[in-house]
Amino acid sequence: MAVKTTSQSIVEPEHLFFKAEREKQFITGSEAVKEAIKRANVDMAISYPITPQSESMHLVGDLYAQGYVKDYYRGENELGVMSAVAGASMGGVRVFTATGGQGSLRAFEMFPTWAGARLPVVCAFFCRGLNSPLTIQPDTIEIGLMLDTGMIILHAETAQDLYDMILKAFIIAEEPDVHLPIAVFADGFFVTHTREIVEIAPEDIKLPPYNPYKSPVPVMDMETPPVRQMRDPFVMKSNFISYATHASWQQEVRAAAERARKHINRYLGGLIETENEDADILFMTSGTAASQARAAIIELEKEGIKVGLVKIKSLRPFPTEDIRRIAKNKKAIIVPEFNITGWLAREIKAVVEDNSKVIGAPRVFGGMTMPVELLLDEIKKHL
Amino acid sequence: MLKSSISIRMSGLGGQGVVTAAHIIGGAAVMDGKFSTVNPFFGAEKRLAPAESYVRISENSIYERGEIVYPDIIMVFHPHVITLGKSYTMPFYDGLKDNGTVLINSETPLDLGDEDKLNLRKRKANFFYVPATSIALEVAKTELSTNMAMMGALLAVTGIVSLENLKESLKERFGKKKFIASATTAALDDTMKAKFAKTDQLIEKNMEVVRKAGEQVNPVRNFA
Repeated sequence: MAVKTTSQSIVEPEHLFFKAEREKQFITGSEAVKEAIKRANVDMAISYPITPQSESMHLVGDLYAQGYVKDYYRGENELGVMSAVAGASMGGVRVFTATGGQGSLRAFEMFPTWAGARLPVVCAFFCRGLNSPLTIQPDTIEIGLMLDTGMIILHAETAQDLYDMILKAFIIAEEPDVHLPIAVFADGFFVTHTREIVEIAPEDIKLPPYNPYKSPVPVMDMETPPVRQMRDPFVMKSNFISYATHASWQQEVRAAAERARKHINRYLGGLIETENEDADILFMTSGTAASQARAAIIELEKEGIKVGLVKIKSLRPFPTEDIRRIAKNKKAIIVPEFNITGWLAREIKAVVEDNSKVIGAPRVFGGMTMPVELLLDEIKKHL
Repeated sequence: MLKSSISIRMSGLGGQGVVTAAHIIGGAAVMDGKFSTVNPFFGAEKRLAPAESYVRISENSIYERGEIVYPDIIMVFHPHVITLGKSYTMPFYDGLKDNGTVLINSETPLDLGDEDKLNLRKRKANFFYVPATSIALEVAKTELSTNMAMMGALLAVTGIVSLENLKESLKERFGKKKFIASATTAALDDTMKAKFAKTDQLIEKNMEVVRKAGEQVNPVRNFA
């Protein structure tokens, strides 16, 4: 296919994110991914389909045909795709892909590899249940498994979040003091297949291109860690220096995620978002469970019951200080989740001082919705 | 759950346009100046498998997502949803709010059990049958317009969106721009478009289906 070019002009990220006049469109989460990538100046996208992600990467393929993405192909499987994405990123280009559920697990080996190689890959993950018998429905269990890969992890609540987070993720990931892969999670179907109003920037503007020379790790330089692991890895020498390097490099990867906090604050307006923060009882959650909590808060208000919400936008880095501060003197912290393991309640319990007040309920898993009534019942147990 | 908001649960079989109907109704509501969210629920995507979709319409921002457990309106696109249990919700009226509306695509009243009738009476359900597939075949010469007939019946009974914006929303969905969906949906889109020489004809014929269905909604007064 002949390479097409588009007539988009490059603007400062701040302009695209905050100043450009936005147009309202009634679109699905998958279409919001397309709109984000259209404006993200992506060099390469590689895809492998899995429900509920397929439509979004299909639409990114259309962007390639229209000239908005410079290169695109469909890989053999998720591990192949994520490996190829690593190669593209090491080669110094801006790269995007998406997967979800079983696809995430099939590719799992590559996520710590991306982080260790300090690759600013942006990957969207559309959560899907992992249990057998097979399911395609939403369930956030996979996020719990991804928390310790070294990647930065954001969790979108709506198609609007998804659009904004993907665009901003490129800029945050490519900051020289961060330079880490970012996972943007969204709940399958509840976000990907839900049509809602999304405000988007004009299509004739796009982000500045990725500048690989701002990378803290030289592009494809096989003599410099960590890319050196590719050929002649330290482990083959098996001496003191090799082990010390592996240890300190892991610390550096985690330190880089810590340094991302200020950029997340700047671009996403904080690691958390709150509603009625001063209420005695709070919902503390992420993703679409936050939407269900918002609907519950409106119903409770009608009954004269004031309840607040802390929506966690960034799971890695984790908003430890914010949560500890807000949780102080609260009567109960209710953590509704769309999975059976309760990984978020576990995370919150690990940082709240008096964690007996952290209630890991309700939990919905297997792909059903979380009715607002379930949340009302839970709140009323703790009044 | 708000009084100023209405939720619709549409149950049907894969290929009947349940997802597309929700898309068009939601789009029309947004054009009417309201808030709306629309989402589907299905398993492996294949024709005649159970498929549901949900439409929320409100004067205010909508937060709740996913399946609608307590709908104001239930639309059943095929009798098999009820008679063969091809549904994610059983019985089909489960969760229906009091004074809610039920619209069923069937030529003749279904043989509902006594328990069903009792429950529907208790909920003071407004119950209607509409021969949606027959109207689709008669007017548009394709059963793929069944969803349009169901929308026509919905508008006649509830006036939930304006006829004008329903047409605009239909134009947007089937207009010139190719709509990206799954391969099966794309194949049905192509079949639909192949039935008509021009998009204008597709729109006009389907709007005729909408009007005709509105005239043929049959209320069931009681289940005694």
